[in-house]
Amino acid sequence: MSSQPHDVEQLVRQEYKHGFVTDISTDTVPPGLNEDVIRLISARKNEPEWLLEWRLTAYRHWLTMTEPAWAHVHYPKIDFQAISYYSAPKSKKDGPKSLDEVDPKLLETYAKLGIPLQEQKLLAGVAVDAVFDSVSVATTFKEKLAEAGVIFGSFSDAVQNHPELVRQYLGSVVPATDNYFAALNSAVFTDGSFCFIPKNTRCPMELSTYFRINAANTGQFERTLIIAEEGSYVSYLEGCTAPMRDENQLHAAVVELIALDRAQIKYSTVQNWYPGDENGVGGIYNFVTKRGDCRGTGSKISWTQVETGSAITWKYPSCVLRGDDSVGEFYSVAVTNNYQQADTGTKMIHIGRNTRSTIVSKGISAGHAQNSYRGLVRIAKSAEHARNYTQCDSLLMGDRCGAHTFPYIETRNATAVLEHEATTSKIGDDQLFYCMQRGISGEDAVNMIVNGFCKEVFKELPMEFAVEAQKLLGVTLEGAVG
Amino acid sequence: MLSIKNLHANVADKKILKGLNLEVKTGEVHAIMGPNGSGKSTLANILAGRSGYEVTAGTITYEGKNLLDMDPEIRAREGVFLAFQYPVEIPGVNNVYLLKAALNAIRKHRGEQELDAMEFLKLVKDKMKLVKVREDLMSRAVNEGFSGGEKKRNEIFQMAILEPKLAILDETDSGLDIDALRIVSEGVNSLRGPQRAIVMVTHYQRLLNYIVPDHVHVLADGRIIKSGGKDLALKLEAEGYDRVREEAAVA
Repeated sequence: MSSQPHDVEQLVRQEYKHGFVTDISTDTVPPGLNEDVIRLISARKNEPEWLLEWRLTAYRHWLTMTEPAWAHVHYPKIDFQAISYYSAPKSKKDGPKSLDEVDPKLLETYAKLGIPLQEQKLLAGVAVDAVFDSVSVATTFKEKLAEAGVIFGSFSDAVQNHPELVRQYLGSVVPATDNYFAALNSAVFTDGSFCFIPKNTRCPMELSTYFRINAANTGQFERTLIIAEEGSYVSYLEGCTAPMRDENQLHAAVVELIALDRAQIKYSTVQNWYPGDENGVGGIYNFVTKRGDCRGTGSKISWTQVETGSAITWKYPSCVLRGDDSVGEFYSVAVTNNYQQADTGTKMIHIGRNTRSTIVSKGISAGHAQNSYRGLVRIAKSAEHARNYTQCDSLLMGDRCGAHTFPYIETRNATAVLEHEATTSKIGDDQLFYCMQRGISGEDAVNMIVNGFCKEVFKELPMEFAVEAQKLLGVTLEGAVG
Repeated sequence: MLSIKNLHANVADKKILKGLNLEVKTGEVHAIMGPNGSGKSTLANILAGRSGYEVTAGTITYEGKNLLDMDPEIRAREGVFLAFQYPVEIPGVNNVYLLKAALNAIRKHRGEQELDAMEFLKLVKDKMKLVKVREDLMSRAVNEGFSGGEKKRNEIFQMAILEPKLAILDETDSGLDIDALRIVSEGVNSLRGPQRAIVMVTHYQRLLNYIVPDHVHVLADGRIIKSGGKDLALKLEAEGYDRVREEAAVA
């Protein structure tokens, strides 16, 4: 947890940063979606004509599409006309005045995660006096990145400052018309992150730390674009282990990754949006499209995700292995408790020769939750000697939850070698009793067993987040075993 | 330290123990022998507090306290240790990690300072020699991929680290070849002492050649039907359980 003081400062800084936002609350448009709303978003963001056209194309295509129903999740129909598609960042005046006004349950969770008081206030959206020196660390980061030639900032900034790069790569991995939620995102996205690593450059820092300062509150339709040029490397982490207060129920983000020759992108996610209460009321719908394109020879994209939040999670971070000898990896822990539903997995599309992919998925269900792994491994005719290894393990806690596995394999090349392993286990009474007989409390024993189950995935996370993720799992599953 | 009086217990509504009495003093080693289905493992599990066993009558007093009132982890922290007949595998959970958590939970309960990683590893190194456990087993997941003998040795190794006051060994000899049996027995013998009581539950007399008990009890039909010294075990081996049972019936 962010026990180091500089982490706290960073988070404080993030709030302070909002202090600079000019008052644009009058810009909030009423709920509803039409071409005028999209024109307005584009105009407010001072976007070039081609981007507006791109948005409109996406919107017109979206109108012809129907909401997908194939996922193993159930939720009431979303009224897309009831959503406001452009609103100014929440003014801190709207937030609670002090922690006394914040949901005590949320505070309890923060305490369990060991989050310092100042940081708790930030996460809960409490107005904090911006007395901290805010600019220096962010500036130091910026300078360090600029020295290396790395471009990293908000998507809106990139549209203004590097329009040629945005135009070249936007939608080249997830086309505007790709799927229902991606099309919606393409039409109405308001901001997100942009990252460009030039040739033969190793990004001088984990972009996780930096991300914490800059990327919160990017809204419900977030757009991320990461480009790694030939021979470059970047490790990027999105999200935060602490549950964030959020007013938006629907989140439909799009993330596009492009790796050119010998480039490597490591993308880690810790997702802990509000999951709803223990009766399944409320909670975020998280419908995300994430895809990486291993465009270059010998490139590598690695997805690691720890999904513990949201009422509904619908996401399949995928790799298109276009370049010869390229490598795709997917490591996932998805935890569902109470009435949460998760339908998550990956797609590994092998096109180049000697392409390799690894899938390790760990699903944990407790309470009344439903947890599905859905994965596709496709070997194209051109993919000589492709290799895939898939391992899906499910852990059930209690007898009212469900674990499901939907693996799809399509092979058009006989030289491919595919392996698939799947296990489903229950947290054993025997295992629990064994730990307890050694003096360990039931709760600690569950933590230990679950973390053991997830170990292969956690070791892929950047160190500090691996520790946080372990704690998070414990808090998420609290009370799941009597 | 342990006093069991008139213990009756059911498993899934089936009467298994029917009025068992047993007195164990600190420093003693007791062997409880009996045919299959006599209730030996039921007794071991009830002492450790495993769920699924219903005590319908009787009392168990441990160091003056009502043992049946304590949760399993509290019993463990109070010094009750069960060497399992079938130790479970816990994938991904490091053997040493589990043991350190266990030892520190126990030390905390006793109001002692918790050991840090360095102190703990030193203790592990010392105790490993006792039961000749291989070093690489320590860095593996709990019992995962261990042979039967390695699992049993690991149990005794854990006992050596946790230093219980009352150790219950449930069929510790089962599944061991003669060499493993000797190593495990040497480990147990080295843990005998005036501060500790050991209750061995076993089917065969074989184990008792290596760990010589102070008292031997014959458990049959849910009760202790005969108690004696170490010679009783030899008599049992020679004459069989039925003979002892008949004698008990006559007496």
